[in-house]
Amino acid sequence: MTPGWLLRGVRLYGEAPVDLLIKDGVIAEVGSGLRAHGADVFDVGGLVALPGLVDLHTHLREPGREDAETVTSGSRAAALGGFTAVHAMANTDPVADTAGVVEQVWRLGRETGLVDVAPVGAVTVGLGGSQLAELGAMADSAARVRMFSDDGHCVSDPALMRRALEYVKAFGGVIAQHAEEHRLTEGAQMNEGVHSARLGLTGWPAAAEEAIIARDVLLAEHVGSRLHVCHVSTAGSVELLRWAKGRGVDVTAEVTPHHLLLTDELAATYDPVYKVNPPLRTACDVEALRAGLADGTIDAVATDHAPHAVEDKECEWGAARPGMLGLQQALSIVQLTMVDTGRLDWRGVADRMSARPARIGGTVRDGHGGDLVAGAPANLLLLDPAVTSVVDPAELASRSRNTPYAGRELPGRVVATFLRGVPTVLDGKAQA
Amino acid sequence: MKHLLSAADLDREAATLVLDTAAQMDAALAGREVKKLPTLRGRTVVNLFYEDSTRTRISFELAAKRLSADVITFSAKGSSVSKGESLKDTALTLEAMGADAVVVRHSMSGAPHRLAQWVRGSVVNAGDGTHEHPTQALLDAFTMRARLGRLEGLRVTIVGDVLHSRVARSNVLLLSTLGAEVTVVAPPTLLPVGVDAWPVEVSFDLDQSLPKADVVMMLRVQRERMSASYFPSPREYSRRYGLDATRMAMLAEHAIVMHPGPMNRGMEIAAEVADSVRSTIVEQVSNGLSVRMAVLYLLLGGAEVAA
Ligand SMILES: [Zn+2]
Repeated sequence: MTPGWLLRGVRLYGEAPVDLLIKDGVIAEVGSGLRAHGADVFDVGGLVALPGLVDLHTHLREPGREDAETVTSGSRAAALGGFTAVHAMANTDPVADTAGVVEQVWRLGRETGLVDVAPVGAVTVGLGGSQLAELGAMADSAARVRMFSDDGHCVSDPALMRRALEYVKAFGGVIAQHAEEHRLTEGAQMNEGVHSARLGLTGWPAAAEEAIIARDVLLAEHVGSRLHVCHVSTAGSVELLRWAKGRGVDVTAEVTPHHLLLTDELAATYDPVYKVNPPLRTACDVEALRAGLADGTIDAVATDHAPHAVEDKECEWGAARPGMLGLQQALSIVQLTMVDTGRLDWRGVADRMSARPARIGGTVRDGHGGDLVAGAPANLLLLDPAVTSVVDPAELASRSRNTPYAGRELPGRVVATFLRGVPTVLDGKAQA
Repeated sequence: MKHLLSAADLDREAATLVLDTAAQMDAALAGREVKKLPTLRGRTVVNLFYEDSTRTRISFELAAKRLSADVITFSAKGSSVSKGESLKDTALTLEAMGADAVVVRHSMSGAPHRLAQWVRGSVVNAGDGTHEHPTQALLDAFTMRARLGRLEGLRVTIVGDVLHSRVARSNVLLLSTLGAEVTVVAPPTLLPVGVDAWPVEVSFDLDQSLPKADVVMMLRVQRERMSASYFPSPREYSRRYGLDATRMAMLAEHAIVMHPGPMNRGMEIAAEVADSVRSTIVEQVSNGLSVRMAVLYLLLGGAEVAA
């Protein structure tokens, strides 16, 4: 066992400075003037401590596209971003639609050891949308999958969606829907509106997302199931979720950092680093998403970290794959858009980036998402909110470089991350 | 001006300069036995055509040749383009060949913008996806000015598949820059969501907008749009939005009829309209040559036209 760590003068959730002693993987003591008991003393002078972040939506690309990302490189990016758990999306090659594949991803995560990797299982065989995958086998596997998603594809058959919602109740699972009515988005390249009209790029209408959310909350209500909505991107989606929650539907939702900050006018560059699905929307949508996250209508921030090889982005907009990196800058974007604007305090951030996602995805069982109190597992991060830095794609831990934030000055720096008391990041550097 | 990617790259002064230069090109060539000016001797112009468009390709080739430039044409057929080489790799190859200008036609919107980030030479957009076709708009403006004597205050009605039309987008931008009043007419399905932000009037009714028009520009409408429910049938389309002899009779006496070609006779335009004295379709082709000469000349900063 390591001698442990005594963090002196740490501001839990940005509040008054205290000392925090980490020992044997747990937070042993919180208080003032703590004694080290042989632990390494780390005088953190005013850094903010938050519970380790939990990402409900990460593309680690392994197996299949190890040139774009691996479980190891993605884990490193996650730890550097302050995450202690990530949910690995199922759209790998082979697809994570069997117990074998989800166990493989889970094992790779354990071997790397920088974050807990919780595989997401596919809802349908091969993400094909026509036949349920063996959800129970994935749930019973060593990976103990609880979240299922055909992300990248919408489960569009309403009867199949209904069955999936019902079926996973047997083991406390949840269906995470990528809401996209695909008949309305054939050939779509960007948000449909003023900018798509000018740029001659086929539009992705907001209604294509909202129509599926409306359908799915009604289905979830009817069968009494839990539904999670991936990466909501429109003002209308926020309104629908607010309505559904008001009716008592058991629905949760996530928003990505990029949808909290960026807008569709960036497509005017035709640089596909801004191409993502769902697409960047308008400033009105951004405002509604921030408001929805602030009032809790949107439960979680999830990155949709989507690494892509250079050749899949250094091409024509129409030929490029959608998606952008997110893990390393997520907390900075949330600080910029939600904290520095006064819409969330650090407790609010902890709720939306740790507690609620841990409950939604089931990683509470592994000690994620808890409060920073004595006796809790020592999953936490230390943040310096006062520094700013300019994003340099070359410095990112991901194997890919498709960050939309290149050259932007962003606030906040993750100084350290602890996973069950073991530092995965120290002084801003990954420990593996 | 380094590139011509969008008609919006041209302010009023720059656009007028292109049109005036095109007129000078015409004048300089008139009466010459050898239709050639020495202004771009030693310069290399590459035509990079990812999409079949014989008329635009030939027009650019001829324009470059008449300015004495060396011309290389890469077509989608028979070059590395069709073997799946990336646009970026092609750009680097052109770079190595020392292309002074790259004229690019591509099925994807924005491809010329990407290319412009990777090559040192000038990039001319010869039509990109459903985005723009700026030299078409320039030749259209040139034709209008030649026929009607002005562009300021001219009432131009653009009719047809505005949603998918790069010709419409470039014309709307250029004509509004030059002070014309543009109306777009189409079934609502063939207008983009967001068209309300364009500097145009929008109408669904062709008959209403014809009497006040100085120029009617008919856009090509592909019959296949029917299968995606943009309209019920070609017959219904041409009944509501096609320009036939009856409708042509509603036009003011001086009004002209334009079409960027290739035409679907019997669909958006009736044969007797296409072949009437109002039609500028043949002039548009020859004006295209002068305008493209002017664009290449101005981008590459050639020697004096009169030289
Ligand atoms: Zn998705």
